[in-house]
Amino acid sequence: MSERVNVLKKKSPKSEAVLPTLGPWGMLRWAWTQLTSMRTALFLLLLLAVAAVPGSLFPQRPANPAIVTQYIKDHPDYGKLLDSLQLYDVYSSAWFSAIYLLLFISLIGCVVPRAIAHYKAMRSQPPRTPARLSRLPEYGTLVIPADAGIPASAAISSAAGLLKKRGYRVDIRDRDGARPSLGAERGLLKEVGNLVFHTALIGVLISVAIGGLFGYSGQRILVEGDTFVNTLVGYDQFTPGTNFQSSQLQPYSVQLDKFDITFDRESKGKFGQPIDFTAQVTTKENPDAPAKKEVLKVNDPLSLGGTSVYLTGNGYAPVVTVRDAAGNIAMQGPVVAKLQGENYYSSVVIKVPDAKPEQLAFAGFFLPTAFVTDKGVSFSGDPALINPQLSLNSYYGDLGLDAGAPQNVFELDVKNLTPLNARNLATKGITLAPGSTYKLPNGKGSISFDGVKRYVGVDIHHNPGQLYALVFALTAVAGLVTSLYVNRRRLWVRTGTHADGRTMVEYGLLARGEDHRLAGEAAAIRKLLASEWHLDPADAAESAPTASQSASPSQSAPSGTGDNDRADTDAAGDQQASPEDHEADFIQSTAGSPESKKDQ
Amino acid sequence: MFPINETMGQYSELFMLLAAGTYTVAFIAFAWDLAKSSKMLRAVDLKAAELSGQATEPVRTPVGVGAGASARGVDRADAHLSGPVGRAERPTSAVSGGASAGAGQTADGSMRYGGERRAPARVAVALTVLGAAIHAAGVITRALGAGRVPWGNMYEFLTTGAFVAVAVFLLVLIRRDLRFLGTFVIGLAIIMLVAASIAFWTPVGHLVPALQSYWLIIHVSIAVMSSALFTLTFAMSALQLVQSHRQKTIAAGGADKLGFMRLVPNALSLENLSYRINAIAFVGWTFTLMFGAIWAEKAWGRFWGWDTKEVWTFVIWVVYAGYLHARATRGWTGTRAAWLSIVGYLCVVFNFTIVNQFFNGLHSYSGL
Ligand code: HEM
Repeated sequence: MSERVNVLKKKSPKSEAVLPTLGPWGMLRWAWTQLTSMRTALFLLLLLAVAAVPGSLFPQRPANPAIVTQYIKDHPDYGKLLDSLQLYDVYSSAWFSAIYLLLFISLIGCVVPRAIAHYKAMRSQPPRTPARLSRLPEYGTLVIPADAGIPASAAISSAAGLLKKRGYRVDIRDRDGARPSLGAERGLLKEVGNLVFHTALIGVLISVAIGGLFGYSGQRILVEGDTFVNTLVGYDQFTPGTNFQSSQLQPYSVQLDKFDITFDRESKGKFGQPIDFTAQVTTKENPDAPAKKEVLKVNDPLSLGGTSVYLTGNGYAPVVTVRDAAGNIAMQGPVVAKLQGENYYSSVVIKVPDAKPEQLAFAGFFLPTAFVTDKGVSFSGDPALINPQLSLNSYYGDLGLDAGAPQNVFELDVKNLTPLNARNLATKGITLAPGSTYKLPNGKGSISFDGVKRYVGVDIHHNPGQLYALVFALTAVAGLVTSLYVNRRRLWVRTGTHADGRTMVEYGLLARGEDHRLAGEAAAIRKLLASEWHLDPADAAESAPTASQSASPSQSAPSGTGDNDRADTDAAGDQQASPEDHEADFIQSTAGSPESKKDQ
Repeated sequence: MFPINETMGQYSELFMLLAAGTYTVAFIAFAWDLAKSSKMLRAVDLKAAELSGQATEPVRTPVGVGAGASARGVDRADAHLSGPVGRAERPTSAVSGGASAGAGQTADGSMRYGGERRAPARVAVALTVLGAAIHAAGVITRALGAGRVPWGNMYEFLTTGAFVAVAVFLLVLIRRDLRFLGTFVIGLAIIMLVAASIAFWTPVGHLVPALQSYWLIIHVSIAVMSSALFTLTFAMSALQLVQSHRQKTIAAGGADKLGFMRLVPNALSLENLSYRINAIAFVGWTFTLMFGAIWAEKAWGRFWGWDTKEVWTFVIWVVYAGYLHARATRGWTGTRAAWLSIVGYLCVVFNFTIVNQFFNGLHSYSGL
C-alpha cells in the first residue's frame, strides 16, 4: 500500500518543491541535499551525455586547430557564434566542466555520508527482528516434531551456526525467552563495491588532471639516417602541459636506420594499400648509454626515458643537390615530401637560402610511380618506387627568411620571387628522374635528383597520470562488478514452542537492492535447516500455524506462500522486490539504514 | 603476412546468403507463432473466464504450466494490495490497476518454458539454430580466408555482429523462454546481413596496420557481445512500453487491441530481466571503453582524446549508467528506465552506423 501512496505523492512534485521559510543556513543545507540526491545525480549524468555530443558534431581545436579556423571561415553566418559558445573546445568549455564538476561534487556528497553510514552498519548488529516475518518477500515455516527433542533455544542456536557457515553475520536475540530469534545479514560487500566504484571514478578524473598538468607531447619527422634527441630543440612541434618544466626531458636519442612498408599485392579491392610499416631504429637512453637496435611499429611504441614514441606517419623524401650560379653546392639532402593524394602523390618545397647571388626555390610534386595522362595531367599509379619523378617549378629572388618571421617549410610564398621554370613559361617545368640533373635557365645553377629516402613521423608522449588512471579504472570495474553481483540480504529466524511440544520455526528474507536470487537463497536456507533437523523440506510447512499460537493468529503465513516458494525456486526471482521496496514501512524502523538517503 | 584465400571468401559470402535465407524462413515462423499463439491464448482465456465466471478469481495464465509459477505471478499481483512489502508491484510499471488486471492477458512472468507445445515456435527455433550454424560457417570461412579475426571493417562488424546477436539470443533461450523476441532478433539479423552484403560489401583483405593488434580481438569482441546484449534489452524495453500501455488500458477497462502481446510477459517481468541483462552488458561496455582507451594509448599515444568514436562510446556508457541510476531512483523506474535503455541502444546504433561512416576521426576503419 505504501507504494501506492507514494505514487500519488510523486505525481505532484510541485508540492515537494515548495520551500518552507528557511534561514540562509537552511537554504544551504537544502541546496546541498538537492545536489547530492540521486535524482540530481541522474539528471547530471544525462546532461553530461548530452553535453558530450556537440564535440563530435563540430571540429575541435585540440584535435586540429587548422580545421576549426577553416570551418569558421566557411560558415561566416554562425561560425563565430559557435566559437563564443565554446563549441570548438567542448571538453574544456566552461559548461562542460561545470557539469562534470557538479557531478563529482554530487558524487563526493553522496559517497562520504554513505561510506560513514555503511561503516557504522558494518560494525553494528544485524537489524532487530521484525514483528511479522510473514510480511517479508520470502517467508517460510518449518515444524520440528516434539519427539525430536529440539527446544526453541537449541533450534535458534543451530540455525545461527548454519547461517554463520553460510557467510552471514548473525545475532541471536532473547535466546532463552519464549520466542528466541536471530537476525542475520550478508553481502555488505555490495555497498563497499558501490563506494569503491564511485570513489575510483574520482581517482580517474584526478589522474587525467595530473596528465594534463605534468605531461607533454610533441612531434618530429625523421628521414632515414636522422637522429632525434629528446630536447626542446629536437621537436618540430611541442605541446607542454600546464606545469611542464624542460628539465623533465631526458636526453635520449632515436636514430631512424631504415623504414620498410609492405603493400597489399593480393586483394583486388585493396591493391596497393599499405599493410605493414616497420621502422628499424637505434636508441640510446642517454648520450653515454650503449646503443640499442629496436623496431618501431604502429601499435607498438618505443618506451624511452619515461616517454612513449609512436609511429604515426610516413612518406618519401627525395634527395636533391642544388648548385648555385657559381657551381657551389648550396643545398644537399633529403626533402620531406608532404602527402597530398593517392599513392603517395606528394608536394615538395625546396628553399635554398644559401644560393648566391640570388636565393633559389623550387615547388612541385613528387610521384613514386609517375603516369601522365593524354591531357598532360600527371598522377601516381602506385605507392611503391616504380617510376619516381620530381616535377618542379623554380624561382629566384628573396625568400624572406632573413626577416626572422617563422615560415612553414611545406609552403612557398612566391610573392617576392621571380619564376624561372613553370609550365606556362617558355622554359617549361622541370621533370627529374633519379640520377638526372637539370641546369637552370640563365645560368642560375642546377638541381639534381640523387635518390629517394623514406621518412617517418613520430609522436612523443609523456603522461604521468595514465598509470594511475588505469589502476583507478580497474579498481572501478572491480567495485562495479562487486556491487552488481554481490547480493545484500537480511534474514531473520524466530522459533517458538507449540502447546503440543512441537518446535515452530519461521524465517523471512529481505533483499536490499536488486536481487533476483532471493527466492533461491530462501529455498537453500530451507533445505539447510530441514536437513539439520532431519525434516522433509517439502512438507514441513503444510501445517503452518506459524511460530507461536500464543501470538496473534493474523500473523499466520498466507496459506500457500510456502508452497509457492518451493514450487518455483528459481523462477521466483523474477518477482523480486524493486529497489525502493525496502523503504517501505517497518524496514524504515531499522534506523540508520544507509540507503534511506538515496531516494530523496 | 598470411596469404588471402579468395575462395574461402567466396564460400563465406555464399554461407551468409544461405544464413539470411534460413533466417527469413525462421522469421516467418516466429511471426506465425505470435499470431497463432495469441489467438489460442485468447480462446483459453475466454474459456477460463467462463468457467470461473468471477473476476475476483485470478485467471490463471494459460501458458504457464508450472502451476506454481504462473499462479505465483497472479497471486503476487493481487497480494500487494494486502501488503507484503517486498512484493509490491513497481508503480510505474502500471500493472496494478485492478486485482488481476493484466494477469490473464500476459504470458508467464518467469519466462520459463511451459509444457505447452507451440509448433511454429519450435520450428522457428530449429530454423534459427540451422541458420546460426550456417552463419557460423560463414564467419569462420571469412576468418580463414583473411587469416585473422573476422571483424576488421563494416562488412565484418555487421556479419559477425549479427551472428553474435543470434548466438546470444539462442544461448539465453536455453534458460529462458524469450521466443516472443524471435521476430525482433531474427528480423534485425536479417537486416544486418542484407545491409552488409549490399551497402558494406568488402572483399576479404588484410588489416590496415593500425588495426593489427591483439587489442582488436579483445576490444571489438567485447563491444560486439555487449551490443548483442543491448539489442536484446532494447527489444525487451520496447515491448515493456507497449505491454505497460496495454496493461494500463486493460486495467482501465479498455479493449485489448494488441492481442499478440499476450505472448509477452508483463511489463515488470520484462523490466527486471532486461535490467539484469543490461547490468551484464554495462560491465561489458565498461571494458570496451577501458580496453579501447588502453589500445588508443598504444596506437596513438593518448588514452583519451575525444575522438568522435570515443565521444559516442562515452555517451553510451553514461546513458546506461544513467539507466542503472534510474532503476534506483524513485519515479524513474519502469517506463522512464525503459526509455533510457532504448535511447542507449539508439546511441549504440548511431555509433555503429552514422559515426563509422560519416564522421571523420582516427577510427575511420569502416573499410569503405
Ligand atoms: C560520475 C558519475 C557517476 C557514475 C558514472 C555513476 C555510475 C553508477 C553505476 C554504473 C552504478 C551501478 C552500479 C553500482 O551499483 O555500483 C551506480 C550506482 C549508484 N550510484 Fe552512481 N554514478 C555516478 C554518480 C553518482 C552520484 C553523484 C551519486 C549520488 C547522488 C550516485 C549514487 C549511486 C547509488 C546510490 C548507486 C546504487 C544504486 C543501487 O542501489 O542500485 N552515483 N552509479
